[in-house]
Amino acid sequence: MMAQLVFYVFAAVLLLSACMVISARNPVHAVLFLILGFFNAAGLFLVAGAEFLAMLLVIVYVGAVAVLFLFVVMMLDIDFSRMREGFQRYAPLGLCIGGVLLGELVMAFSNWRMAPAGVTTPLAVDPGLTNTAALGTVIYTHYVLLFQACGLVLLVAMIGAIVLTLRDTATGRRQNIGRQHARTREETLELVNLPLGENVFEQGGFLRPKGSYYEIAVPGSYGAGEPEKTETEEKGA
Amino acid sequence: MNTAIASVGLGPYLFVSAALLVLGVFGIFLNRKNIIVLLMSMELILLSANLNLVAFSSAHGDLSGQVMVLFVLTIAAAEAAIGLAIVTVYFRNRGSIQVEDVTMMKG
Repeated sequence: MMAQLVFYVFAAVLLLSACMVISARNPVHAVLFLILGFFNAAGLFLVAGAEFLAMLLVIVYVGAVAVLFLFVVMMLDIDFSRMREGFQRYAPLGLCIGGVLLGELVMAFSNWRMAPAGVTTPLAVDPGLTNTAALGTVIYTHYVLLFQACGLVLLVAMIGAIVLTLRDTATGRRQNIGRQHARTREETLELVNLPLGENVFEQGGFLRPKGSYYEIAVPGSYGAGEPEKTETEEKGA
Repeated sequence: MNTAIASVGLGPYLFVSAALLVLGVFGIFLNRKNIIVLLMSMELILLSANLNLVAFSSAHGDLSGQVMVLFVLTIAAAEAAIGLAIVTVYFRNRGSIQVEDVTMMKG
């Protein structure tokens, strides 16, 4: 009885927040409702006995994906009122397709029976294990290749996102291997004889020798106090 | 079948999942212009698939369904990351994220 009550509360809040996600005027509200929906889906997972996945949903989805959405929505300066045009135009079509889909799913679910036991052989897992431990034993034995493929997918996604959004800036301090290897001691190190009691900054400070570094350095990357450079100097370097 | 889902039954889970799927599809039609809400609708659809997998997994007492949920979560996270990166780059280039403006590639 208690489980049923919890299930229906979570399910109702999940469906309501899903409605709000697709109908909210402000996308920030939509993202926040999406987060609420993920929390309630995690509750449904808990009722179904999938504790590890419930925690994963909260950590991965609420903690990373939904926050990523929130970040992008807030970062992009978008005129969201223009986005609402066509809201009414497509609503009847969407309602038609959604209604047909729901009707078909309800028809399918109402006339559906589970196959008699013994058709499939579930993976043998020690019933004394917790959900997390049992999932771990299954993943690292039967599904280890799929697990590694998942890691590959995440790697590709990470590299893809970085490559897509990386911007070349003039002040980037990227490593130039060729230039680094071509350096000699003379252009990196300068020995200065300091008279007693004199300030070191009048001699150029303790930074790298001005004559060598500023010409090959990326413009604007050396902090304040860099001498003004002209176009010819840059081309000569 | 574990005790909690035995008392609720498989049917309500399937119904909630179907309703979530329909809401996701409806959201795609409703927010044709806002690509960020489109991505969120896709997340809802994937969540409904996950709910189905978890419900069947616990009803059958077979952990394979939950492993599949793990993989679907991975794919969904990758999809969200790439999609939002594309949105960011597109916004940087064009100053808008109108889905209907994306016709540059049209021959």
